[in-house]
Amino acid sequence: MKETTLDNSIESKRRRRRALKKTIEKIMNAVFFVCGAAAIAAVALITVYMVVSGLPAIREIGLLDFLFGTEWKSTAAEPKFGILPFILTSIWGTLGAIVIGVPVGLLTAVFLSKVASRRVASVVRPAVELLAGIPSVVYGLIGMMVLVPAVMELFHLKNGTCLFAAILVLAIMILPSIISVSETALNAVPPEYEEASLALGATKIETIFKVSIPAAKSGIVAGIVLGIGRAIGEAMAVMMVAGNVANMPGLFKSVTFLTTAVAKEMSYASGLQKQALFSIALVLFCFIMLINSLLNFFLKKGEKP
Amino acid sequence: MKKIFAIVLAGIMMLSLAACGGTGSSTPAAASSEPAGASGGTPASSAPAASTLSGKVTTGGSTSVEKVVGAFIEAFMAENSGVDVTYDPTGSGAGITGAAEGTLDIGLSSRALKDDEAAGGLTATTFALDGIAIIVNSENTVEDLTLEQIKGLATGEITNWSEVGGPDMPVVLVGREAGSGTRDGFESIVDVKDACKYDQELTSTGAVIAGVAANPNAFGYASLSAVDDTVKAVTVEGVAASEATVQDGTYKIQRPFVFVTKDGAELSEAAQAFIEFATSDAASELIVNAGAVPVAK
Repeated sequence: MKETTLDNSIESKRRRRRALKKTIEKIMNAVFFVCGAAAIAAVALITVYMVVSGLPAIREIGLLDFLFGTEWKSTAAEPKFGILPFILTSIWGTLGAIVIGVPVGLLTAVFLSKVASRRVASVVRPAVELLAGIPSVVYGLIGMMVLVPAVMELFHLKNGTCLFAAILVLAIMILPSIISVSETALNAVPPEYEEASLALGATKIETIFKVSIPAAKSGIVAGIVLGIGRAIGEAMAVMMVAGNVANMPGLFKSVTFLTTAVAKEMSYASGLQKQALFSIALVLFCFIMLINSLLNFFLKKGEKP
Repeated sequence: MKKIFAIVLAGIMMLSLAACGGTGSSTPAAASSEPAGASGGTPASSAPAASTLSGKVTTGGSTSVEKVVGAFIEAFMAENSGVDVTYDPTGSGAGITGAAEGTLDIGLSSRALKDDEAAGGLTATTFALDGIAIIVNSENTVEDLTLEQIKGLATGEITNWSEVGGPDMPVVLVGREAGSGTRDGFESIVDVKDACKYDQELTSTGAVIAGVAANPNAFGYASLSAVDDTVKAVTVEGVAASEATVQDGTYKIQRPFVFVTKDGAELSEAAQAFIEFATSDAASELIVNAGAVPVAK
């Protein structure tokens, strides 16, 4: 008799523990779900807000006049809201940063992954990571104090704040994303590929450029797209070196990017001007969405070669 | 299925967030309770009788006066918790019209009334002056400019400093972004509205001063109170920019900040008290802190 009661009590204890575990599992599941949903809700909320607050001005100005108008005079007696200068500046600025940043970044990644000795790499890699951690306002400050006067001196300009200075700053800012993603992709190239190439008599450099880089192609492209995303969304650093006048882009002209167009006028804007700033943000948002879906495309392509 | 569920859930969360936002805007009902004394912390120097005021004062108009009027409102409402003063930045024209039509208790303007406006039964009370200094790089040898020369420099008609007696250097205009009160002030006084050829548009007075200090070719404009010795303020038609020359009217690049009220219309006690507060000696410090010049007494 006694033994059976003991068995029973042990059995019931186990059962209770199991039930408790089950409830904890359920609660934690719910917690994870709520956290996940919060992120989705934030994205959805921002999207809806951008569309709702960005559309009225576009409707009032007219989509074509807004996107392809070449003049931005938001507070003039007869205001003009054409954002083509901003769109083109953002595109040219990003392209320029890519043209300068990609070769440097890719070769750094090759160096870290294939060429450098372990000791050298262990110094360079943290330096690159540190570059990623520097706040953009610091890039802007150094750009303003050092780069802008240097550009002015070097090219004999009357004014150093220009698209070119912004491109240089952006090129450095996108290096970390290009380097780290490309390096990961290069490290993931199966060693057999390179060994086979070397066995066939190719030199190390030939192997890198004809075997390793093509094999890591989609990862490298993903890094570049990530860099584009960073460059097109950057506001603070660019605002400090670009001059912020709504000119059509020119390499040595004072220009305004999509981001800085919003940031610079927001504090005193009112009425249609303010609504138009939201519309610029909506256009920028569309650019970022496009870049993100490109990124997803290349990352997926990288998964199944 | 899962995807649809997630989307629906996100939608529900958004709706609930929006609903929360709606209820948050209830006004503090402190108006009727507890007068005097209890309005802690603030340097309440006025007589306790003043804090029995209640009601609403609507002001609006010039965007340039925002800092000064904002400081007035903050200080005034700290002393008179029963009064609610609102400020609607719509532009000087709208402020004057609002006062004339009675939609505003007090219209705010950053220019003097035109003759026809004054003839229409409006009174202007100047409560502060706005002096704008013209600054150049300290390497620049130009000491004095006329209004006409400043106009030429700003619109790009004059492209070299040698044309106004300076060194052989190109002219670079560093200014503020569209919508800024200082930019509006400079452009309307010098009469170059929407005609300026900017090389840089920066977002604060400090940035403009730093920009001019960094470029030997540059000139710019800045609130009188913000100018420091990293740049050189030129004299305008022989008069140096200073609080005294703005007050006596000899410095040209200045404009008045005025309250516009309708003749004959009965101002509420609260509105009257607000105007008295803004034109009292005690308000001078607020005006100076906001970057403007108090009216000479």
